[in-house]
Amino acid sequence: MADRGNIVPWQIAAQKTGALLKVVPVDDDGVLDMEAFEALLSEKTKLVSVVHVSNSLGTINPVKTMIKQAHALNVPVLVDGAQSTPHMPVDVTELGCDFFVFSGHKVCGPTGIGVLWGKREWLEKLPPYQSGGDMIEKVDFDGTTYKGIPGKFEAGTPHIAGVIGLGAAFDYLNGLDRAGALQHELALLQAATEQLSAIDGLRIIGTAPEKASVISFLIDDIHAHDIGTFLDAGGIAIRAGHHCTQPLLKRFGVAATARASFAFYNDFEDVERLVTALNKMKQFFC
Amino acid sequence: MSDDLHDLYQDIILEHNKRPRHYGALADYTHTAEGYNPICGDKLTIFLVLKEDRIEAVQFEAACCAICKASASMMAEVLTGKTLVEAEVALQRVRDLLSTELNLKADILVDGEIAALGGVRKFAARIKCATLPWHTYVAALNS
Repeated sequence: MADRGNIVPWQIAAQKTGALLKVVPVDDDGVLDMEAFEALLSEKTKLVSVVHVSNSLGTINPVKTMIKQAHALNVPVLVDGAQSTPHMPVDVTELGCDFFVFSGHKVCGPTGIGVLWGKREWLEKLPPYQSGGDMIEKVDFDGTTYKGIPGKFEAGTPHIAGVIGLGAAFDYLNGLDRAGALQHELALLQAATEQLSAIDGLRIIGTAPEKASVISFLIDDIHAHDIGTFLDAGGIAIRAGHHCTQPLLKRFGVAATARASFAFYNDFEDVERLVTALNKMKQFFC
Repeated sequence: MSDDLHDLYQDIILEHNKRPRHYGALADYTHTAEGYNPICGDKLTIFLVLKEDRIEAVQFEAACCAICKASASMMAEVLTGKTLVEAEVALQRVRDLLSTELNLKADILVDGEIAALGGVRKFAARIKCATLPWHTYVAALNS
């Protein structure tokens, strides 16, 4: 179910270490096969990496259960929270994960910056992945010592402007009623799912019972990019394409979908506008 | 409906998208190539039958958007029967029509249906959709 950003680094790591990458399958609704997960998990597993909320399907994965199951076998868990962090309040301690990652631009912050949160014991164990600048404590030709965490992971000139921007984004988000925003988004999701499903020829990809406010869809045989351009001309911004989840879309037998995502700043009128535009589009292309 | 959108999806484009010409795999091709746009996932395969310096047949298969499919369909019509030199002239004309620097006005009397591709120029994100079949044709020639 992962985005390629959560696939390729593990492929590179597997090439380096000889580890095997095992993939948990998803069912036709876009729900992780938890029986398969349990069967794949063993004491030999080095790490479980799971996306908290699927960016292309909207599925909210049962990460808390998965973390418990993995921890029972002493397996650490990394949660990709790129989609959950903007849509719901997240408490890493309560989740119990070992690592939690997300990108700045998904939380109203700048591009080119993100967050890696990790449990102290793991971060202390991990070696630096880049060298230079601020990660060094003492340097000598006889040997060099590194700073402690987080300094040892922050080589070179830091992305200072990005950090300040990300901080401002968090201040803004934390000033909102996050629980209320989530309820609002879920109400939008429900309304949009009902109204989109009523459009003849529209097929929603990703129908998990637990979803964030993301709807991937296809209409008749109109290509997702044509849907995107048509809606854009009417002032409606959606995402069209493979959403960087090519293997997942392959699982559903499609190359691209149109995806409407609702955030706290959207309202019910936006849902209606989308539905009206899609009906117009059907007439235009058919 | 905006005028730009009508320029992009002209009737010719919509019609070629609905009923693409020269569509389907060709068994006895002499040249073939697969074109893929990794950013959007559009994919198409071009099959050519080349005899000496003349293009005897062009066919294509595609999983792509309306602009890409229509461009491939029109390309197949335009290139069929042309010599490689004539085909290069047609290819250059498409490049020019899609160039935002040249900003040419297409002329249906001179350009034929290809003129419809001129409307794509205003949509920067879609220019690659229109050029993919033509790039793939060149790749097939070089295969």
